Amino acid sequence: MVRLLAALPVLVAVVFGAFLLWGLNPNRDPSSIPSVLISQPVPQFDLPAVEGMDVPGFARADLVGNDAPVIVNVFASWCVPCRAEHAVLTRLVRDENVRLFGINYKDKPEDARAWLEELGNPYEKIGSDLEGRAGIEWGLSGVPETFIVGGDGTVLFRYVGPIVGEEPQAQFRAALRQAQTRAEVGS
Amino acid sequence: MKQMVHRLILALLLAAALPMTALAVEPDEMLADPVLEARARELSKELRCVVCQNQDIDSSNAGVARDLRLLVRERLVAGDTDQEVLDYIVARYGDFVLFKPPFKPETYALWFAPGVLLLIGSAAVALIVMRARRRRNPSALSDEEEAAVNELLARGAKE
Repeated sequence: MVRLLAALPVLVAVVFGAFLLWGLNPNRDPSSIPSVLISQPVPQFDLPAVEGMDVPGFARADLVGNDAPVIVNVFASWCVPCRAEHAVLTRLVRDENVRLFGINYKDKPEDARAWLEELGNPYEKIGSDLEGRAGIEWGLSGVPETFIVGGDGTVLFRYVGPIVGEEPQAQFRAALRQAQTRAEVGS
Repeated sequence: MKQMVHRLILALLLAAALPMTALAVEPDEMLADPVLEARARELSKELRCVVCQNQDIDSSNAGVARDLRLLVRERLVAGDTDQEVLDYIVARYGDFVLFKPPFKPETYALWFAPGVLLLIGSAAVALIVMRARRRRNPSALSDEEEAAVNELLARGAKE
């Protein structure tokens, strides 16, 4: 009993030490918020097309019952990192043969049109979220954000911030591959 | 009549409080009904802004915070209770948006840790104090020791 008590301070020190070490880990982002959406069905929303564009808008129903995962990217012409991310997404659509939908978040239709005309449009469908209400349904905290939605309409992955640079791209591609194999196994 | 007086007082108090707060809540967001507006303000103070994370949405100027403030008011006007409004937002943003974490199995460690640590600490202190006390009051002399002391004292008195 006495020996056990003597070991107690060491035990407490080890537990606290491990906790502090975890806190010091440079790869831990203390401000990252866990998404409640992961593994949940896609939220309810219905977005019209961007005014004056012949790309259709989309709703929850378009994300349910597909035979492959779909990427949903939230973007805006006023969002500077989106410009850098645009090239990455364009390449992704070209190389990986994946479907990409866009949510145009709180953007003026004419600005969005000009932006896509200048950079090209990699999106198959674009929903215009002028009020940001669909954004709330998706638990959005900022732009850009990118989701991978499984064919059955389950949200599988969420990336906050631009997918730019080697590590984020690798991370995203890995998640996409995982979603694709999940679809193959499931069918 | 009494209710009207109450409402009037509340309205006056709210009006008096206005200049004191650095308002993020813009006039066009506010509800005409002062009671609902007061509830909205209280709720907004319990909700964390997801962009500027240590600010509540009531005092944040971020776009999402404004959207959430409007949403809170919309739900209140629709007749939701305070809890229903909070649940609505938690369903979309998670427990993270609540400044006061809910009490459930995942948060037991959070709620109980201070008490448990206090218990361990006070147990340790009690143990140390008890030991120190035992050392200060050594047990009485045995009969043999008593006899030896007496003999020594008697010898000292003789010389």
